[in-house]
Amino acid sequence: MGQVYGPLPLSLVINIYERFFRSIPALVLLFLFFFGSSYFGFSLSPFLSAVLALGLRSSAYQSQIFRGAIQSIPEGQMMAARAIGMTKFKAILNIILPQAIRLSIPPWSNEYSSVLKDTSLAYAVGVIELVREGRYIIVRTFEPMVVYITIALIYFVLTYCGNRLLGLLERKLAVPGYEIKLRGARNVS
Amino acid sequence: MSPEDNVILKVENIYKKYGNEEVLKGVSFSVRQGETKVIIGPSGTGKSTLLRCINGLTRPDKGDVWLDGVRLTDSKVNLDKIRQNIGMVFQNFNLFTHLTALDNVRIGLVKVKKLPKDVATEKAMAMLKRVGLEEKAHLYPAQLSGGQQQRVSIARALAMDPKLILFDEPTSALDPELIGEVLDVMRDLVESGMTMVVVSHEMGFVRSVSDEIIFLEGGVVVEQGPPDVLFNNPKNKRTREFLCKINELYGG
Repeated sequence: MGQVYGPLPLSLVINIYERFFRSIPALVLLFLFFFGSSYFGFSLSPFLSAVLALGLRSSAYQSQIFRGAIQSIPEGQMMAARAIGMTKFKAILNIILPQAIRLSIPPWSNEYSSVLKDTSLAYAVGVIELVREGRYIIVRTFEPMVVYITIALIYFVLTYCGNRLLGLLERKLAVPGYEIKLRGARNVS
Repeated sequence: MSPEDNVILKVENIYKKYGNEEVLKGVSFSVRQGETKVIIGPSGTGKSTLLRCINGLTRPDKGDVWLDGVRLTDSKVNLDKIRQNIGMVFQNFNLFTHLTALDNVRIGLVKVKKLPKDVATEKAMAMLKRVGLEEKAHLYPAQLSGGQQQRVSIARALAMDPKLILFDEPTSALDPELIGEVLDVMRDLVESGMTMVVVSHEMGFVRSVSDEIIFLEGGVVVEQGPPDVLFNNPKNKRTREFLCKINELYGG
């Protein structure tokens, strides 16, 4: 939002933020937050640093998804909204955002899948997430394949369910003429 | 009563530059209550820019626009309020794609005029009826033909009870057989006494409904006058050439 409609200084700050978080691998970010925090006189728990690193990184990606969606809406929509007397704020709220959100759902479900799976990186700083929990079980049972297959299944189910939910939302919000057509309903394939 | 008395819109000496290109170089005209003014001219001569200067979607660099005694070019004027009183119909309709025809007409009444929903709905339906589309109220823009979309957009402008409606080439994006239904709605508006400023090259229509035609070229008014004079006896050579060419193209 700030990048498209904000004043120049705001859009610069957002730009720098977004460049930073999108250019550094998740694992490196994780280490920077975890080990870096002690340099600045406070220390983040492994869990908190994982949440911050992955969360801030994902929000940088999401801001790009949303910026693209907003910018793909024809200029005429804003013009028509202003022409009936809407303020810029009202036009964004009532006309631009409802359209942009619909366009954002497919890329958002992508982002959801990758963030969910990126949580396994938190393993590296000692968070007890799925993979680490699995290691503990392996130590006791000596059944690595069974455990890893179970972990894979859990990730699969979580991703699948999340994407199904977003898919439902997408269908619920679909507007005739602007839906992303399903196989079989397409005119041109 | 002098003609000055019921002037509703006055455009005085408008200049507008985009980068180094001067699009409007001192355009002036005035429109009286209930009048239909038509602006014609080759593409790129600033017709759309002129319309946008009138409702403040574009700020002119120099010059003034007066609506009903209020100077719109005054920086203290709240243009969002003013635009409620000036309808605009676009070449590409610009209907809100995520809303039904009814909601397209209703949204200004609900969100801008703050009318209660049932009052707004009733009014929006009445407007759709006026353009002959009350049965299509629950369809989305993509489910309507171009002509129907443009009629909805006229209903959207009408719903706000404007003092004036600006039409920016309302039929230029339409298939030939759909132009008629839009022109019929516009003709109906003219007869009901709506004040209109129209950019259009539908010469048959222009000739029959306009009170005055303004020929704009190169950012200046080359000639203006009643349709009979302009069509039959234009003073300026360029006006004649332009009208001839348009007649060839559209079979005037």
